[in-house]
Amino acid sequence: MYDNLFFIIVPYAVTIMAIVVTAQRYFKKPFTYSSLSSQFLESGELFYGSVSWHIGILAVFYGHLIGLLFPRQVLWLNGVPARLYLLESSGLLFGLLSLAGLVNLIIRRHTSARIRAVTSKMDIVVLLLLLTQVALGVYVAIFYRWGSSWYATSLVPYLRSLFLLQPDLATLAPLPLAIKLHVMNAWLLIAVFPFSRLVHMLVVPIPYLWRPYQVVIWNWNRRKIRGVAARPKPRPVATALPLSDELKPTNRPVTTR
Amino acid sequence: MDVRLQISMVFHLDKCIGCHTCSVACKNVWTDRKGAEYMWWNNVETKPGTGYPTKWEDQEKYKGGWERKNGQPELKMGGRVLRVLNVFHNPYMPKLDDYYEPWTYKYEDLLNAPEGADQPTARPISMVTGQHIDIEAGPNWDDDLGGSPVYAANDPNFSALTEEQQAELFEIERLVFFYLPRICNHCLNAGCVAACPSGAIYKRGEDGIVLINQEVCRGWRMCVTACPYKKTFYNWSTGKSEKCILCFPRLETGQAPACFHSCVGRIRYLGGLLYDADKMLDAMNAQDYNLVEAQRDLILDPFDPEVREGALRNGIDDATLEAVRRSPVYKYVKEWKLALPLHPEFRTLPMLFYVPPLLPVMANTDAGTYDTANDELFAPIEKARLPMQYLAKLFSGGNVGEVSYALKKQYAVRLFKRLETVGDMDAATVKQALHEVGMTEGEAEAIYRLTSLPTMDERFVIPPSHREEAMQMLGDDFLLDRGEAGLGLRDRPARGA
Ligand code: HEM
Ligand code: SF4
Repeated sequence: MYDNLFFIIVPYAVTIMAIVVTAQRYFKKPFTYSSLSSQFLESGELFYGSVSWHIGILAVFYGHLIGLLFPRQVLWLNGVPARLYLLESSGLLFGLLSLAGLVNLIIRRHTSARIRAVTSKMDIVVLLLLLTQVALGVYVAIFYRWGSSWYATSLVPYLRSLFLLQPDLATLAPLPLAIKLHVMNAWLLIAVFPFSRLVHMLVVPIPYLWRPYQVVIWNWNRRKIRGVAARPKPRPVATALPLSDELKPTNRPVTTR
Repeated sequence: MDVRLQISMVFHLDKCIGCHTCSVACKNVWTDRKGAEYMWWNNVETKPGTGYPTKWEDQEKYKGGWERKNGQPELKMGGRVLRVLNVFHNPYMPKLDDYYEPWTYKYEDLLNAPEGADQPTARPISMVTGQHIDIEAGPNWDDDLGGSPVYAANDPNFSALTEEQQAELFEIERLVFFYLPRICNHCLNAGCVAACPSGAIYKRGEDGIVLINQEVCRGWRMCVTACPYKKTFYNWSTGKSEKCILCFPRLETGQAPACFHSCVGRIRYLGGLLYDADKMLDAMNAQDYNLVEAQRDLILDPFDPEVREGALRNGIDDATLEAVRRSPVYKYVKEWKLALPLHPEFRTLPMLFYVPPLLPVMANTDAGTYDTANDELFAPIEKARLPMQYLAKLFSGGNVGEVSYALKKQYAVRLFKRLETVGDMDAATVKQALHEVGMTEGEAEAIYRLTSLPTMDERFVIPPSHREEAMQMLGDDFLLDRGEAGLGLRDRPARGA
């Protein structure tokens, strides 16, 4: 009964809410999308906290994602003990790294008066949920070993069944409480996601890697409005710093929204 | 030829009285808000001095601007991959304490204190934490402290001077300082734009104003490091970066920016410049000593028919061209070569230019008496208390020729007018002075007029922005688009959760 509520109803409810609210926030309130960096107010502690937290959590996050997308390949990989040990121990290592970073971040938020001035209630909720999540994750990694393998057979089928709209708790139901709590807390995190600073992970600036350095935006196209013939096509850009200035036949600023 | 328009500025340092009216005007209009208290989009610093934020010119510390790597300009803070990796913690981010902790006073204590033997006091409290602080720094903390062993002595530009020259500057008779007002330079090769991972910072094609789209900024704060002038600021409350917007809402309606308009010394000039964007790479790649010249080369002659044709081809109309022809900036920078960019060696191609100040000269201390009178009425610039190398370090990438030319020219104008109005000069001397800088009498007169007697309309020649045409074209979307420019927000700028 409770399993149905926590592992079927809640997941669907929070996921739909997260998608709708995140999108609506992105399009209607773009100003609220920010890393909300606090480095300006406190930089030294942040280095240890933020860097180890993000390295750890990103590795663990992508580990979960790969396990979900390619369960068979992971099982095949784990067929050789040496590879299994390597995967498991590095997973644990990254988990511990993120835990250490997170604890550092929480202590920093608590002890620095300047950081307290920019800490919202939601920040506290997020940090505590993340702490619960990571602590449970590390606990599971230590006490229920070979997670990289059983994840593929116990949790992946469950998650896939949700995705295929045919919820099936058969593989999940017999799991120990700690693992179930880890899953439940994950749904809670998705619930607070759209209302918190966590949305910053959606706006990671990857296009920057190939964007021209200089950005020029015409608010309106003067040539078009004054009926001036277009400039002959510029010669192929041979400069190191091409300008992304080509007057597109548009009257809108070339910005994302 | 790719002709573009840039709204540019000239600050005449010989006229700056260091009154900070500009800073206050700007503060009242733009940065009197939570999270922006510490920001001074316009500030006036004392030189020699450490400036704001402290020692901002020391790029070994702050890593701002560009440097040439393998013959190509690259941001000093590193390449783009590094920048994306550094978002978790930016190793070169200036901190609040590099500026100062903004404070106010607990005025209510003056009224609410219980009766006692002592006068109640209003203690300073931090505007960040609300707690009591001991004030240890503030804006203009080293105001007028030229010659101070604590502040002036730490001026990064002293690296251009020999030990002896530096020591001399701290002799009491030689004490010297001048004021350096600073705003965003609205650079052509802006470091902030190049460093922004989100692409939130951009140059407006129409007038070259550099803006940060508040709705696209994600607080990765790379711009704060990349701007060598430290004129992008991180708003610790909203989690967004902000900068001088050159009062574009005022410019679009034909008014000068607030700091320009309020300037008591009337040191500020504003006008359009046409430049050739195709030549930019050459200019940012030039050798240090050649940077000023290379930047001047970018600027096009608005009277040249070919330039006019190129301008028209790029949609720049005749009304704008006419304004550029009357631009005081064009005269000071290109025609007269009097105004120079600040720290061109940062290679951002800054478009704010400074007329270097004619500094006070050495007094005689013969026989124990201190005598400021000089044999000559105006002592020549060679006798200035501040070595030319210092000014060259500030304004010409170390090229002493550029600054001394600008100073000699100002000096010649003085002699020329003295001869004309008072007549106690030797005509041959004046002629020689004019000849030395290749200046005609007509030019000397024009420089004198624009320096001393300009009207408001001569100081600010604002090219029409033709928003009426933009309006026509944008139709209903007009308001939406305006919302995306600079600080023109559609929502209350509330901090994201
Ligand atoms: C994928 C790329 C990500 C990037 C580029 C990124 C970037 C950032 C940045 C720049 C900050 C601000 C640090 C500062 O104060 O200066 C931050 C803070 C934070 N990030 Fe991320 N992040 C990413 C992913 C994540 C993920 C996956 C999570 C959690 C699941 C996360 C959780 C947090 C939290 C909780 C904070 C606040 C830390 C604090 O100040 O207490 N981030 N992130
Ligand atoms: S001076 Fe202005 S345009 Fe130049 S890099 Fe700094 S903020 Fe950008």
